[in-house]
Amino acid sequence: MEFDNKQLRHVYWNPYFGGLMLGLLIAATFYVTGRGVGATGGTKATVVSTVDLIAHEHAEGQEFFSKYVDEDKNPMKNWLVFETLGILIGAFLSGSIKGRVNFRIQHSPKITAKRRLVFALAGGLLFGVGSQFARGCTSGAALSGSTVLSLAGFITMIGIFGTAYVFAYFFRKLWI
Amino acid sequence: MGPLTFNDIISTEWNYVIALLIGLAFGYILEASGFSSSRKLVGVFYGYDFVVIRVFMTAVSVAMITLLYLDYLGFLDFSLLYVVPTYLTPQIVGSIIMGLGFLMGGFCPGTSLTAVAIGKIDGIVFTGGIWLGILGFSEAYPYIEDFNNSGYMGNITIMDQFDINPYTFAFGFAVVAVIAFTAASMIRRKVKEIQY
Repeated sequence: MEFDNKQLRHVYWNPYFGGLMLGLLIAATFYVTGRGVGATGGTKATVVSTVDLIAHEHAEGQEFFSKYVDEDKNPMKNWLVFETLGILIGAFLSGSIKGRVNFRIQHSPKITAKRRLVFALAGGLLFGVGSQFARGCTSGAALSGSTVLSLAGFITMIGIFGTAYVFAYFFRKLWI
Repeated sequence: MGPLTFNDIISTEWNYVIALLIGLAFGYILEASGFSSSRKLVGVFYGYDFVVIRVFMTAVSVAMITLLYLDYLGFLDFSLLYVVPTYLTPQIVGSIIMGLGFLMGGFCPGTSLTAVAIGKIDGIVFTGGIWLGILGFSEAYPYIEDFNNSGYMGNITIMDQFDINPYTFAFGFAVVAVIAFTAASMIRRKVKEIQY
């Protein structure tokens, strides 16, 4: 950890301290709710409710959506939606304490901002699709799943990181 | 005995308050550990920053051992905890898709939310991508439904599949984590420093 006053925004927690805190939080989450944390479910709820709002009959007719839209059930009244709101607030608190809050595009000096955004969009698209096939993303499936020794948790953990290591060479110009 | 909301020790009305507080702590920890920076995250794949491995494997070890220990002491029924269902083939395919998404976008969904919170436009665009990806998946669902539901093995754990003692496994995982941290430090010293 470097404590450089000129670059205070790059001063982060010791990673093992962060890991300890995260581990205790996940254990507490399981202890209280019986489930782990998640990060894609909240976004999914907004997709479902948007489609329901724009095309209600379409949403009711489709099997994927009809699981979430019922007459007396609002898809936004969902544990993961409130948790996602919490993530945004918590990250904003941490960022503002350390002076990291401002609008900017972070990218390698070797690529343009536009290129960064195109690949950010592509990466998000892939995560959106992949997380549905895998029944969870890095948080819900890999992190929370492997904590309770789910087979699926280890499959996704090894799958995500393994794939990224295998293909890292082809995308190196985006980052280094 | 835990889990508390299962055993009606905490009423379900508190669920959303708890959700908000857990999310708040989750977001705070991720951001404070540097997970709102894509270049810091991706460092794990190029050897210039191993924060992902250090935080992730520490967290899994701590949480796994804590929960098993609470179960051992009788404070928690480990068998009631939610196990993610295994759909072998779609899960492998989905993870490969997500691995490529990580390399291109530099975030995963949780970390991109922390980037959104501190105003990173690349994080906002990434989250928009997730939104569109889920929309595309759901619109294409009738065509991919059969594949999506293939390879179902149930909500199974490592113990169910490999007949291994959970305590042995948790110990083994922690040992692997320490080896990974040591290897990461050795690699980190050899790789050229990146400014970001």
